[in-house]
Amino acid sequence: MFKKLTLSALTALALSAGGAFAAGGEGHIEDFDFSFEGPFGTYDQMQLQRGLKVYTEVCAACHGLKFVPIRSLGEEGALGYSEDEVRAYAAQNFEVFDEELDDFRPARPADNFPENTGVGAPDLSLMAKARAGFHGPYGLGINQMVKGMGGAEYIASLLTGYTGETKEEAGVTLYANTAFPGGWISMAPPLAGEDVDFDDGHSNSLHHESQDVAAFLMWTAEPKMMARKQAGFVGVFFLVVLSVLLYLVNKRIWKPVKYGRKD
Amino acid sequence: MSNAEDHEGTRRDFLYYAAAGAGVVTTGAAVWPLVNQMNPSADVRALSTIRVDVSGVSEGSQLTVKWLGKPVFIRRRLPAEIEDAQSVDVSALADPIARNANLDGAADATDANRSLDADGQWLVMMGVCTHLGCVPLGNAGDFTVEGVGGGWFCPCHGSHYDTAGRIRKGPAPENLPVPPAEFVDETTILLG
Amino acid sequence: MAGIPHDHYEPTTGAEKWLHKRLPIVGLLYDTIMIPTPKNLNWMWIWGIILTFCLALQIVTGIVLVMHYTPHVDLAFASVEHIMRNVNGGYMLRYLHANGASLFFIAVYAHIFRGLYYGSYKAPREITWIIGMLIFLAMMGTAFMGYVLPWGQMSFWGATVITGLFGAIPLIGEPIQTWLLGGPAVDNATLNRFFSLHYLLPFVIAALVAVHIWAFHTTGNNNPTGVEVRRTSKADAEKDTVPFWPYFVIKDLFALAVILAVFFAIVGFMPNYLGHPDNYIEANPLSTPAHIVPEWYFLPFYAILRAFTADVWAVQFASFITGGIVDAKFFGVLAMFGAIAVMALAPWLDTSTVRSGRYRPTFKWCFWVLVVDFFALMWLGAMPAEEPYASFSLIASAYWFAYFLVILPLLGVIEKPLPRPATIEEDFEAHYGKSSNTTPAE
Repeated sequence: MFKKLTLSALTALALSAGGAFAAGGEGHIEDFDFSFEGPFGTYDQMQLQRGLKVYTEVCAACHGLKFVPIRSLGEEGALGYSEDEVRAYAAQNFEVFDEELDDFRPARPADNFPENTGVGAPDLSLMAKARAGFHGPYGLGINQMVKGMGGAEYIASLLTGYTGETKEEAGVTLYANTAFPGGWISMAPPLAGEDVDFDDGHSNSLHHESQDVAAFLMWTAEPKMMARKQAGFVGVFFLVVLSVLLYLVNKRIWKPVKYGRKD
Repeated sequence: MSNAEDHEGTRRDFLYYAAAGAGVVTTGAAVWPLVNQMNPSADVRALSTIRVDVSGVSEGSQLTVKWLGKPVFIRRRLPAEIEDAQSVDVSALADPIARNANLDGAADATDANRSLDADGQWLVMMGVCTHLGCVPLGNAGDFTVEGVGGGWFCPCHGSHYDTAGRIRKGPAPENLPVPPAEFVDETTILLG
Repeated sequence: MAGIPHDHYEPTTGAEKWLHKRLPIVGLLYDTIMIPTPKNLNWMWIWGIILTFCLALQIVTGIVLVMHYTPHVDLAFASVEHIMRNVNGGYMLRYLHANGASLFFIAVYAHIFRGLYYGSYKAPREITWIIGMLIFLAMMGTAFMGYVLPWGQMSFWGATVITGLFGAIPLIGEPIQTWLLGGPAVDNATLNRFFSLHYLLPFVIAALVAVHIWAFHTTGNNNPTGVEVRRTSKADAEKDTVPFWPYFVIKDLFALAVILAVFFAIVGFMPNYLGHPDNYIEANPLSTPAHIVPEWYFLPFYAILRAFTADVWAVQFASFITGGIVDAKFFGVLAMFGAIAVMALAPWLDTSTVRSGRYRPTFKWCFWVLVVDFFALMWLGAMPAEEPYASFSLIASAYWFAYFLVILPLLGVIEKPLPRPATIEEDFEAHYGKSSNTTPAE
């Protein structure tokens, strides 16, 4: 009885989560291989730095990152920049409105990345968590459990998914994209390959640029991922030890009750 | 009681202590985050040091910035103010201690110990009256230099500070404190 | 307190006597923790402790999250991100709270189905059962309002859709909906009152839990045989029971540690698995997400809500005899709340004199079909409202009601139960062999 119910409860987890994401993505999402996948996956610092460069030089023209403090670039487990590098980056790339000055001034590390509502492009701070790349099958949620939620894959697939076709609808040019739900997106292809020169000499093909910026956006969405996984691992370890000890204690105190003797 | 039972008993006790110990450690590990979350968060900590651009501060003018939620006066003094401040007999002051966080606690309240740079041109101090926490007014009070400026006066209870921010008259007990500050380049002061 | 004869707390020292005369709190705690508990309880009797832990976890993490959260439409979403990025360990506290809700519901469903299988709802434990159902309702309300607080797209549209249910009530529906929302639509007033109630309800639940425990400590626990503990004498009672401490405390703590290990793995490695990506998009009253899906724990009841469309004969019949007052929308709402109501009425719908499903061969089958039915409804609740899911939903919903309204009353009359053990001791010894000393030395 209890085994069946416990099993059912666990199935409920898998099944219902699947349910929650059952509907939605008609687009095709390629399963990119990211370093942060799996319980022990970590961010690749060099990849995050390349992704930041793509964001700064390309995406930032239209998209903001308003929930991300610039100082977090220099935090532990982040992009590995020093305090001075972060300060220089902020001042060189962004201006923010200062209410005390009632004017714009160069950004400081304590500021967030500015929001950018110029052309109505969505903020990218949480984009990698606000999209799911993988669904199902049959609303069972197994794919998300095996492959991950797929937010970063969605972004990378979208950036590489332009077919080159366009159409006009109500005066707006739409671009065919194999990853975008519905197949037509209003964002012009932002990357063509070789848009950015990487400092570490890494390939700047379209595929690599897309993957790097997707990894960076995963970091902006979940900057504490590595600390979280570590806390999870420590928690599981402690609780397993505690479980074993409590199992032994339980067995021992019940022995006289169950078998009428003390050992 | 036989030896075998003895042995059994020890093993059982050890198990109980180990389980209880592991339980206590696990509970303790669970409590710490609940305490730590009340410590200042990263955004607050990020503002514990600020950089102030003083390139726009001309001689005889003053900049007030907010640091740790309180006003900080940054004044670029005129020679007359500096002279006035240096001419004071330190032993006769109401508070003979410098109150400068960059120096040790016993340093006396000479003007050199109060000002930031070697020339004594820059005076950086908290804009909070040491009496009851009001913000003193600049270029005011009995110790302002006639026709030049400098000096502070707290309107709440009438404390007068001289051109080095030292308490000279009124109920305030101490000089205006100097916060941790340094020039990181020609025109930037790092507070905190 | 309990009807089972057992040793009560006796103050010995002067200080103990002094306190006991004025406030018998030690005695109350002693009687609660040392309560004689049927010694044959199996692993399905762990969920009560798990649930108590969940309540404590949610209250504690909730209180600390409130220290950083701002209930305002312009700031709520940003304040959650502040928790995730700036507050020390804030990301962990929030993920524990969000996933804690899921653990809470897994445990409560296991607990409820345990009660349904072993007949824990039957006399004399009806009040325990009813209080439990009230706790379940309060949990659903708390979870629903809590989900609104992050002010994401699902928060906003979930609130819009669910409060819309009240708008389905004939005549007074719309005023009620407006009253609930504090305006014509979900807005700042709604967010603020949901925040207030989300903070209040857990303490109401805590009070109900105390009454729930009080009630079943008065009647004594049910057990897998459904046979009552002998109360003829203290010696007889001791053959059927062991004190709660340490026997079941340690057993339950072991189960808790195992479950928390799994829970921590989910929080640490896949904290957003049970959430919805759309809730990481800030609420936008001008744009509805493509698919609004409730949290998983609401899905079975959501499926029942959607199952009754205008082309179902029962709906048409209800509409006909009420002169159109009960339309399809209102029928769906009635069905959803009715699904919980029939469960609450189980003590009076079940006519069988045998308490435990273990000795009811036909009942067993019907029960397991109900469990499958529950998961089927959960799955259907997440599927789009189109064929074949709509028909499946209707069948699954119909079975849910049939189980309580038809099967439970009929089965008690026609079913021939299996022989039961005379005592709990007999059942226990059948498992573990004859014990030489029935009263443990410690």
